[in-house]
Amino acid sequence: MDDLKGFPQELTGADRPMVSFRKVGKAYGPLTVLDDLDLDVAEGEMVSIIGPSGSGKTTVLRMLMTLEEINGGCIYIDGQPLTHMPKNGGLVRANQRHLRARRVDIGMCFQHFNLFPHMTALENCMEGPVQVLGMPKTEARARSEELLEMVGMIEKRDQHPSRLSGGQQQRVAIARALAMRPKVMLFDEVTSALDPEVIGEVTNVIRGLASEHKLTMLMVTHQMGFAQDISDRVCFFYGGKIEEQGPASELFGNPQRERTQQFLSAVKEAV
Amino acid sequence: MEWRWDFTWDILPRLIEATGNTLLAAGGGYAIAVVLGLVLALAQRTPYRVLTWVVREIVEFIRSTPLLLQIFFVFYVGPQFGIRLSPWASGMIAIGLHYACYLSEVYRGGIESVAKGQWEAATALNMTTMQTYRRIVIPQAIPPAVSGLGNYLVGIFKDTPMLSVIGVTELIHTANTIGSENFRFLEPYTMVGLIFLAISLPTAGLIRAFERYVRRKMGLQ
Repeated sequence: MDDLKGFPQELTGADRPMVSFRKVGKAYGPLTVLDDLDLDVAEGEMVSIIGPSGSGKTTVLRMLMTLEEINGGCIYIDGQPLTHMPKNGGLVRANQRHLRARRVDIGMCFQHFNLFPHMTALENCMEGPVQVLGMPKTEARARSEELLEMVGMIEKRDQHPSRLSGGQQQRVAIARALAMRPKVMLFDEVTSALDPEVIGEVTNVIRGLASEHKLTMLMVTHQMGFAQDISDRVCFFYGGKIEEQGPASELFGNPQRERTQQFLSAVKEAV
Repeated sequence: MEWRWDFTWDILPRLIEATGNTLLAAGGGYAIAVVLGLVLALAQRTPYRVLTWVVREIVEFIRSTPLLLQIFFVFYVGPQFGIRLSPWASGMIAIGLHYACYLSEVYRGGIESVAKGQWEAATALNMTTMQTYRRIVIPQAIPPAVSGLGNYLVGIFKDTPMLSVIGVTELIHTANTIGSENFRFLEPYTMVGLIFLAISLPTAGLIRAFERYVRRKMGLQ
């Protein structure tokens, strides 16, 4: 299972990808979720992942956030192995210390926000910088307020999540993730649990990130229009594999594979 | 036999003093139980299987045997192993240990009620397991556990009479002494009953108020 012969101990070179999945496999018992996934994401690139449910798209993000173990292959982040660590000239499964050292580069927003309900919006944003990065409170507060300002939530800084709408909670969650200054941001169906009228306020924040901050971003979404607008590249997942990928205009405008065409026309009809 | 008010007033100071001792025993035992209960609950959630198994068996064992036996064990068997404790210390340790096992189950329920997404959010912020428990999970596990924790506070208070068997001068012990000195048991026992009632009933109300307060304070409505 852990045969990692031929996997490099690190990726070097100026053009190395920010994120690299190499032959990554994931199975729950007999059920294969992802099959030998190869996917590179360049620094500053915005990649959207679309596909029918059960195609493994959310699993891709969860593996990268180390919320799911992988069963084969290796994931690299900023040139360094994430799921494994170098030992005796080879790669062995990463221990907690290694995961913690590499995880600093990654931030994630979830479908159900997962804000800490016992903390205010501001406290949610300060928690990571203060507890994990050991930042002084005044500095963490300044950084958090700046981010809450950016996502348009500064007026609600002292509210608990139970007092906020879904769209507001998701914007706070984005600020919370950004407060850790990740190199890579993951958005896992961040608008799926939202009422239609508040989706725009969240997508606008992500739009701003994509155009101004040049963060590396991976996004799983069901909103094809949004994906088409802001993505540099779109990957269509089907049955645990990338069935087709390409620039947004090409994949949406002129899909080559039959399954992609079927999926896109089915989605179009549903809207 | 009729009720004698003059006798009642005479014995009241001794009963009040004994009430203090009872509250002290209950409070001390409860303090042990609240802290140790959380430790026992967390110990059952570590990845170390042997530790988890040993702790679970100990908890099961203590929950399945009478408190009275445990009090006797600490007080009479302890010295044979060189552990010589006063009745007070033995009593509080036995009662604290006994209730810690019950409280560990209450904590466990509270911890398990915290959504999985909270753990994932903490991981995404790169928090350690310890940080996640301390900052995220335990603060959210307490509000749903408050009523359970509070019920056992009343429970521990009502179990303090068991300490009379090893000579702790709590309420029942004092009422017995007064009764046998004066050959009158009606007044002391009635008064003890009323004292227990006067403390238990408001405590239950206070616990409910405290639960609401904790929820509000933590922004959980």
